Amino acid sequence: MELSVNHQALAYLAAAVLFILGLKGLTHPATARRGNLYAMLGMVIAIAATLLGAQVQSYGFIIAGIAIGAVIGAVVAVRIQMTAMPQLVAALHSFVGMAAVLVGIGTFLERSASGGLDALLMSEISAGVVIGAITFTGSVIAFGKLQGLIGGAPVRFAGQHLLNALIALATVALAVHFALTGSLLSLLLMTLLALLLGLTLIIPIGGADMPVIISMLNSYSGWAAAATGFTLHNNLLIIVGALVGCSGAILSYIMCRAMNRSIINVIFGGFGSSGGGGESAGAQAAERGVKSAAVEDAVYWMEDAARVIVVPGYGMAVAQAQHALKELMQQLEGRGVEVRFAIHPVAGRMPGHMNVLLAEADIPYDNVQEMDEINPDFPGTDVVLVVGANDVVNPAAREDASSPIYGMPILEAGRARQVYFLKRSMRPGYSGVDNLLFYQDNTSLIFGDAKDTIEAINAALKGGGH
Amino acid sequence: MPELLDPTIIALYVFILACFIGYWVVWGVTPSLHTPLVALTNAISGIVLIGALLVAGDPDAGLLTQLLGFLAVLLASINVFGGFLVTHRMLSMFKKKR
Repeated sequence: MELSVNHQALAYLAAAVLFILGLKGLTHPATARRGNLYAMLGMVIAIAATLLGAQVQSYGFIIAGIAIGAVIGAVVAVRIQMTAMPQLVAALHSFVGMAAVLVGIGTFLERSASGGLDALLMSEISAGVVIGAITFTGSVIAFGKLQGLIGGAPVRFAGQHLLNALIALATVALAVHFALTGSLLSLLLMTLLALLLGLTLIIPIGGADMPVIISMLNSYSGWAAAATGFTLHNNLLIIVGALVGCSGAILSYIMCRAMNRSIINVIFGGFGSSGGGGESAGAQAAERGVKSAAVEDAVYWMEDAARVIVVPGYGMAVAQAQHALKELMQQLEGRGVEVRFAIHPVAGRMPGHMNVLLAEADIPYDNVQEMDEINPDFPGTDVVLVVGANDVVNPAAREDASSPIYGMPILEAGRARQVYFLKRSMRPGYSGVDNLLFYQDNTSLIFGDAKDTIEAINAALKGGGH
Repeated sequence: MPELLDPTIIALYVFILACFIGYWVVWGVTPSLHTPLVALTNAISGIVLIGALLVAGDPDAGLLTQLLGFLAVLLASINVFGGFLVTHRMLSMFKKKR
């Protein structure tokens, strides 16, 4: 059976509709799994329609490629730890980028053998290859930073922006030359420069800006697919590319807004972060007029509380403290305490990172609330437990116009009756800004590993508390 | 004979309109599912697999081109299978209060 071009296009239309319904499903956790199934069905239809079309004539490479890819993908998806999700996503983005580069170059070689190359097609190929190449190396660097293979601190050197601008200009010049002459050499040099550009663009960006970078690369991978769609005159690729590109762009915007920074500022500006001194955390705290507290103090306040809010941050992921927090929630709920979790949009290393970790620990999503939803409730809350978060609760963002984070929306944890910070040291947050909340009368710091501290609290609660 | 519309113009129509759909649909996604959103969009951007199939499945294109196609099929398949499965795994963890 061979599918006609028109029947194939109808199948692609059905696939596009299923992808849109799939994304629509993510409007609510209750419909999300069905959405994912719609999208899977769309992909099956799209692949089947392509394989049955007249253009695909030999199946050996295809079957081998899909089989190996399926095994690798499935094994990774089943084994990956939820805390490693940002790395996985970065790695997957890099594959889309590289696939777009290979398809672009492959299409050029195929068409130069069969004829039918023109300047328009070659500029479409250039667009797909350049965006794909930037996505590839950018994502590889992001992966390296998230996995800890490359230092997470921002890397900056003089003339950085000039260098990027020069590489970008040279890339465009080569693309124009390629489109006009069809020179394979220009195509390959352009690809190399675009690969280099992905590297020099992402390497300066620090770890805590990763939510923006992941979203941005997500967007790029979509635009790369769309450009490939233009090259192949394939409407399905164009539609999907546009959906994914928009999705990533919107997420980047949401993440930037949550830091009160522009995307330009994230990519080209940036915060510096330097480590704290060698003094012990307790001594530094005392010197600076910060109270440190024992686990028992927190237990004392929490067991008689009516409402407790937990503010998780990247530190929770590092300490793998989410399961201990689930037990804390159960213990407190058993005593009639209401426990909720407050999520800042940029908490963690990717959009929605905290929500997934809490879901992994079996914490129901009704107990987890977004910033705007929960902020009015802090004044009526007895205890706030800040677990590995810092900048997102810093009142300097509201009160100190000279602070670099001024204007960033924050979780208003300081308005609760008691605030306990679980911290490893007195090091400032990613922004390098001192947290004014530490010095408030109602704030105490509990030093130590977040997971150990929460487990100690759980043990004390189990033992009947005080 | 009337002048024919350039297919690239039609592609541009499709692209722009799809951007609008994407814009409205994605703003509706609940923030708590932003990680699954990234994973799902990642899986569906594995749709470049279709382009890879066209390159890998053309026996007249020569071995080198088919090998490039094979690599692209492999990478895009990792995305499709890995992306959908990990999205499914994550979404299965989101539970209502009992």
